[in-house]
Amino acid sequence: MNEVVVMQIDGKEVKASADMTVLQAARAAGIDVPTLCHHEKLEPFGACRLCMVELETRGRLSWVVSCLYPVAQGLVVRTRSERVDKIRKVILEELLAHAPNAPELVAMAKEYRADPNRFEMDPSFCVLCGLCVRYCAEIRGKHAVDFIERGAAREISFIPEIAATECWGCQECFALCPTSYAQAAYFLTEALAFPGRRKNGAATAG
Amino acid sequence: MTPLRSAAELEQFRAAIVSSREPPKPCIAVCAGAACHGMDSQRVADALEAEVARLGPAAGIELRVTGCHGYCAKGPNVVVNPTEVCYFEVRPEDASAIVASARDGTVVERLVYADPETGEKARHLSEVPFYKHQTRLLLGDNTRIDPMRIDDYLAVGGYAALSKALFEMTPEQVVDEIKRAHLRGRGGGGFPAGQKWETAKNAPGDERYVIVNAHEGEPGAFMDRAIFTGNPHKVLEGLIIGAYAIGSHQGYIYTRHDSPQLIKRIEHALAQAEAHGLLGQDILGSGFDFNVELHFDVGIFVSGESSALMRSIEGLPPEPRPKYIRTSVAGIRDKPSNLNNVETWANVAQIIERGADWYAGIGTEGSKGTKLVSLSGHVVNSGVVEVPMGTPLRRIVEDIGGGTAQGKPIKAVHFGGPMGGSIPARLIDARLDFDELAKLGAPIGAGGLLVMDEDTDMVEVARYFLEWLTQESCGKCVPCREGMWQTVRVLDNITKGKGRQGDIERLQDLNEVTSAACLCALGKTAADPLKSMLRYFRPEVEAQIARGEDRDDAAAGSTAR
Repeated sequence: MNEVVVMQIDGKEVKASADMTVLQAARAAGIDVPTLCHHEKLEPFGACRLCMVELETRGRLSWVVSCLYPVAQGLVVRTRSERVDKIRKVILEELLAHAPNAPELVAMAKEYRADPNRFEMDPSFCVLCGLCVRYCAEIRGKHAVDFIERGAAREISFIPEIAATECWGCQECFALCPTSYAQAAYFLTEALAFPGRRKNGAATAG
Repeated sequence: MTPLRSAAELEQFRAAIVSSREPPKPCIAVCAGAACHGMDSQRVADALEAEVARLGPAAGIELRVTGCHGYCAKGPNVVVNPTEVCYFEVRPEDASAIVASARDGTVVERLVYADPETGEKARHLSEVPFYKHQTRLLLGDNTRIDPMRIDDYLAVGGYAALSKALFEMTPEQVVDEIKRAHLRGRGGGGFPAGQKWETAKNAPGDERYVIVNAHEGEPGAFMDRAIFTGNPHKVLEGLIIGAYAIGSHQGYIYTRHDSPQLIKRIEHALAQAEAHGLLGQDILGSGFDFNVELHFDVGIFVSGESSALMRSIEGLPPEPRPKYIRTSVAGIRDKPSNLNNVETWANVAQIIERGADWYAGIGTEGSKGTKLVSLSGHVVNSGVVEVPMGTPLRRIVEDIGGGTAQGKPIKAVHFGGPMGGSIPARLIDARLDFDELAKLGAPIGAGGLLVMDEDTDMVEVARYFLEWLTQESCGKCVPCREGMWQTVRVLDNITKGKGRQGDIERLQDLNEVTSAACLCALGKTAADPLKSMLRYFRPEVEAQIARGEDRDDAAAGSTAR
């Protein structure tokens, strides 16, 4: 059995198993922390940074991503604070510049008073949460979709050779996508790599 | 070569090399560092070689192609040892005159340094302004060493520190010596090296690794390659000592795939060290085993970040991971992994050899030893400089660097490349010190010092650095990928005269969130140049934004009419 630690989240005493993350402990205690790139079936990714929380240790404040930060005895966590809200607001504004109508983002924007027009728009629709990429790699073990390029040029891309044989019968990643971009990228790949495939009925056979 | 199997055998071998070189013959050292190499120093070396061959062995002249001498602005550099007569901007046609005067013990007057104003000549290394204000503990041997010959390194006392550590000190004593020397990491963070070593040494696990971070990648940083390409055994000796102290039997050198000269030197040094019994099984007969593997990056700056670098060594994409558990506890394959940068490792041997007290006697309260600085920008004497910690920046920029190229007033000095910061000229008497400069907003970083004259557009400087970083970020976490990209958009608009109201607040918000929320040090410090710009040059930014606003007003005015 795992050791149990006692910590404080938003002023409430919370008991957690020592192998948990702060996010898991908070959610188990019914305290909500927003996330975008997190999925309980997948390894924590730590990319969207929306789950950042404030820690207080010996009077000093620090900000960590709760999906990766391990729980510890006596930890003092705040899931909302002026700084945390500011971080979430700006991150949402940055993401809304790419996907202004994504329902999850719109809902969170309301909560954190994020202005979708704060920054220059670049409607690429993908917010690079990586749910499709990681689902395909970790759960399906297929690697049919992956990240390409780096920095601001990063994109997701279906690998035509793998997608051609693996995706037709699966497409489970579509439902995970917060912006429906995965679906669009898939059909674009199919159209470019295998023109006429659908019309010829080949796809339905797969 | 039979491997050396004891401290005594090493000393005998060394004595044989030294006595074979007595009495010392004049030796012409041609710099083949990156800058001189680019200025065709190879042709100079070929011409000198032909001339030495023409005169034959009876003339008693030696030729050595070496690593970086430091004075990049005046390359190709040639130094004649042991007298240390320096020649600058040497061309192949100068070969016969240099060889003849080396033989006769004279000086080729037309090739020595002349003061640009008075014309006064400086013939020897100790008189040339660029060199005379330096303390070259790490770089000094570069003119005496052919990086492809381990004998040259042994002749100047190389591997004596390793022998001392292995046979006269316990691993604990070695760690303690480094701690007492207060050696701080030269890669950017300035973290105490001894403390890091101790953490890795004491971390649970039976396997642990030591790593050289030779992934020098930011614009304006070229000191690590000067030391590693010019004197590879110095870095290697430090690494082996560190491995012994930490209890590691496997080391890694991580460098760029696109530096063929450096790669060749490292591979050669590893092979030579192994052949001499200084690396591999049973080093010097001490029973200590240690091997080193060379790894290359995939051409992205963030792979120099410690956790990304370790993932890259594992064969995974170089994406940083959060360091809530330190890499010195769980790094490569989750084993304790001690990573230090090239310059940090290069400091180790001399600390062991000369002692922590000697080392701690150089520098300031919080920053010890010397620091390599790559000096560039609007400065007369660009190059690689080594000065004691605590040296005022004015000395580096004016005395060593010779001030600005066209005599224009200095506007700012920038430390630390794209993740560093700029301070205005009025603060130029600040000392070279990790903590002092960090407080001023221009952390030393790895040691790239960029001098900017009054014509420099500070907004453009910040924009340039950020644009570079957006291309070198891995793109995983939002505040780095999106935050920097949006910051570049705002700065782009300002420099194009399209600034608008709220730009300063936009920049500040982006800055705050990027530095607080990013996953790794690249993102966390990406906003630093911008922070220092807003701290010291805010009126300039505001004026540029106002230019855009004026235009908007004018446009609005004309439609109204």
